[in-house]
Amino acid sequence: MPFDPSALTLEMLVAALGLGILVLGLIVPKGSRHGLGWLTLFGLLGILGVAVSMWGDSRELIGGMYLVDNYALFWKITFLLAAALVVLGSMRYVDDMGSQAEYYSMTVFAALGMMVMASAGDFITLYLGLELMTIAFIILVCFRKTDAKSVEAGMKYVLLAGMSSAVLLYGMSLLYGLTGSVIMLNVSQVIAVQPLTPALILAVVLLIAGLGFKISAVPFHMWSPDVYEGAPTPVTSFLAMGSKAASFAVLLRLFVTGLPGIWANWTMVVAILAAVTMIVGNLVAIPQTNVKRLLAYSSIAQAGYIMVGLITASEAGIKGVMFYAFLYVFATVGAFTVAGYFYSVTGSDELKDYAGLSQRSPLMAAVMLVALLSMAGIPPLAGFVGKFYLFKTIVDGYLWLAFIGLIMSMVSVYYYLRVALVMYRDEPLDPTPIKLPSPVAVTLILAMVVTMVVGIYPGPLSEVVNSAAHSFFLH
Amino acid sequence: MDFPILLAILLAPVAAALILAFVPREEHMLIRCIAAVGTFVSLALSLFAYFTYNQEIGGLQFVFGNNMPWIKDLGVTFFLAADGISLPMLLLTNLIGFSAVFASWNVNNRPREFFILLMLLITGVMGTFIAHDLFIFLLFYEVVVIPIYIMVVIWGSSKRVTKEYAGMKLTIYLLIGSAFLLVGVIALFVKTTAITGTPDMSFTGLAAAAQQLSPFDQTWLFALMLLGFGSLISMWPFHSWSPDGYAGAPTAVSMIHAGVLKKIGGYGLVKIALYMLPLGAKFWAPYMAVFGVIGVAYAAMGALAQKDLKYVVGYSSVSHMGYVILAVACMDVIGLNGAVANMFAHGVMAALFFSMIGFIYEKTHTRWIPDMGGLARQTPRLAVGFMLAAMASLGLPGLVSFIPEFTIFISAFNNYGGLAVVGIAGIIITALYVLRAGANTLFGPPRPEYDHLQDIKGPELVPLVVLGTVLVVGGFLPSLLFDMINSGVMPLHAAINDALQLGGNF
Repeated sequence: MPFDPSALTLEMLVAALGLGILVLGLIVPKGSRHGLGWLTLFGLLGILGVAVSMWGDSRELIGGMYLVDNYALFWKITFLLAAALVVLGSMRYVDDMGSQAEYYSMTVFAALGMMVMASAGDFITLYLGLELMTIAFIILVCFRKTDAKSVEAGMKYVLLAGMSSAVLLYGMSLLYGLTGSVIMLNVSQVIAVQPLTPALILAVVLLIAGLGFKISAVPFHMWSPDVYEGAPTPVTSFLAMGSKAASFAVLLRLFVTGLPGIWANWTMVVAILAAVTMIVGNLVAIPQTNVKRLLAYSSIAQAGYIMVGLITASEAGIKGVMFYAFLYVFATVGAFTVAGYFYSVTGSDELKDYAGLSQRSPLMAAVMLVALLSMAGIPPLAGFVGKFYLFKTIVDGYLWLAFIGLIMSMVSVYYYLRVALVMYRDEPLDPTPIKLPSPVAVTLILAMVVTMVVGIYPGPLSEVVNSAAHSFFLH
Repeated sequence: MDFPILLAILLAPVAAALILAFVPREEHMLIRCIAAVGTFVSLALSLFAYFTYNQEIGGLQFVFGNNMPWIKDLGVTFFLAADGISLPMLLLTNLIGFSAVFASWNVNNRPREFFILLMLLITGVMGTFIAHDLFIFLLFYEVVVIPIYIMVVIWGSSKRVTKEYAGMKLTIYLLIGSAFLLVGVIALFVKTTAITGTPDMSFTGLAAAAQQLSPFDQTWLFALMLLGFGSLISMWPFHSWSPDGYAGAPTAVSMIHAGVLKKIGGYGLVKIALYMLPLGAKFWAPYMAVFGVIGVAYAAMGALAQKDLKYVVGYSSVSHMGYVILAVACMDVIGLNGAVANMFAHGVMAALFFSMIGFIYEKTHTRWIPDMGGLARQTPRLAVGFMLAAMASLGLPGLVSFIPEFTIFISAFNNYGGLAVVGIAGIIITALYVLRAGANTLFGPPRPEYDHLQDIKGPELVPLVVLGTVLVVGGFLPSLLFDMINSGVMPLHAAINDALQLGGNF
């Protein structure tokens, strides 16, 4: 099959955008680097337009190393949207930090890494994308160089991300040793006729552990609250949803395309991991007093819900994962943009300082509430439909997990409502209204509107996701 | 297409809420008026729907959107329809919603937010009664929880329990209950889809497919629904949120919650659980009857021991819901008629009760019965409303609640003999605590410290007039209510009976 570079249009465009911004950052004088944010934003939106126009394209490049299909494209659109929203919501925050060019180009490179991951058809490409994303994130996490917390977070992330990559790589090399191929489609054919050897079991355990770190599933979650708290808030938001969503995209490819026969034996392990993740994430979130830590634990719990979709690994399960990940992006952007802007104004992430936010800025309080309730799965917000899609795949066979999942989401309402209580009931200590610059306001309104519209009328999105999930099995 | 009357009823408060969002927050009078107009439109339209519903034909009428696909792969349609069971509930919601606006006339702390939340709350409750699609039903079912929580913690009162405690208890109880319900619904959906091959979430479609489920499946699915709906209707032993929650809530929330919201539990039991899973219902009916009767007796005793007016009415509402559960457990036409009618009657009565208590509290700043007395002299109109509600509560003939209770007793006696006797005995305790509360609050020598009190007047009279009228008219013309309910219960019961005949060997 001849190599057709046009299939890589999106990736090349994103890479060009990232490099271009880096170069422009050197040329543009310091005072006017503010415009780089807008350039990044419009660049990403333009690429998003190209991505949408490529819908329906389905190809395998270089013998299955790179898979182009609606599944990958849907993830790419999600990542581009996420990156665009993060950029839009964080311009003020970035202007305060300085070094705009590096920040924006690293964000774009992280998005590029995620996009490569979504299309990866073999272990090498997968690892390439994963590392590109991780290294970009390492730089972003310790971007506030003068802040001890940010540097500490960066250090922790370097060490643990490095370790998890090593674990993942070891698992992959074992699989290569057993099958003689790094291309998932070939691996699955070889594995199908092989007996289950201890080496194979070890390989799968290492793969689950390595990716479990990325999605911060319990017990591989220890890093995430510290890193989330220390990292600059927009980075935290991108890390929480982007890196998690990309890792889920890869998990599905790796296990459903690469190891379909074995996967059936592992569903119980995944179910237990999912249950533990939901329980620990939600219960530990209850006593948190720092909003970013609270959101970190809540995002651990969210990973637990999404893992539910991995269990059946059917079209419906994949659809559930994609649907939930998509709306999780918007809920996360909403919540973290509020937290980030609140920090820019007040310099605090403590929950008690959110007192009376509804009087200081009704929009911020409303967006925070909508985002949190959507994560809790309260209708008519998008999270409800998302959970419905996820849990409907497991009521046959894993009914106990559905119980745990739904009861835990109701438990999560407890700590989400505590945030609501502080924002809505308490009187503000400093009653000056918070003025929102228009990019932040637009981000917030977008996040809220999408969360509500998808919740009330999920039909159209659900059909797009159906078609994406369908294309997954066409290779 | 005809004028979509149900959609209009549903959207009138939403429109009011949207307008309210753009009204300056200082315009208190304008805010109240917009809320009143919004609820009045719904009330007028639902009265119109109630009296133009064709009982001869029966079945689903005012159908809207049954062929409007909402979520294709879940078989969800935005299906609104009303029958003889949902119309009384819809009317009740709007009667109470309209009255609640006037019962909250004196809310001066952030009234704009208060009325916006109240409008959303009313919309959510109405939606559950007219949705004919289980997914849409769930959407509305859980939507109501959050406005209630926020209203309790901001505008509630901390007398015996703090309002934060009351609000959280209310919310968590209902949400955990709904988690069980949700598992049940998802499992029901997956299992029926596996049978028929095409996803369908409409009540009719689910009910038809569910008849092919094994008795075992029906039994555990019904148990899950019973947990969910039972905790909402405050079925013993899941009732403890109810007195605490009502005590902490502001008047309007107590009215709506006790008046209609907990009726969603009874409505769901009849129109969803019983209708779709009759074999499961058959299995659980004796247990439900026992829970119901325990609820009646236990809560009545509880009410007897209370000295806080709101707790008296809170426990009394648990006790009255015990009758509804007992009646549903009878699973015959008379019992189901009685259950629905009693929900309507209790709704009107409880809403009137809570609005009067709200005014008493607003004026005297106490709900503690020993601190009151002789209020009938100082505030005669308040006393009239209070006594009307009290008399309805003990089932005085001539008021709306007499016939429903009587109907329930007939059916319960037929089906559960001995248990019914205990249930009927509950009415004596009810008389005791209601009369005692009334006597100690309203009669006796007037207290000089309350001489300055203003009787309710102007807009404050609306709840008394509206709800009082319904109490009396419903008492003298019970056919207005019963013919309607009967036209809805008959086909439902016939469907249940058919299913039980087929699966009779269970």
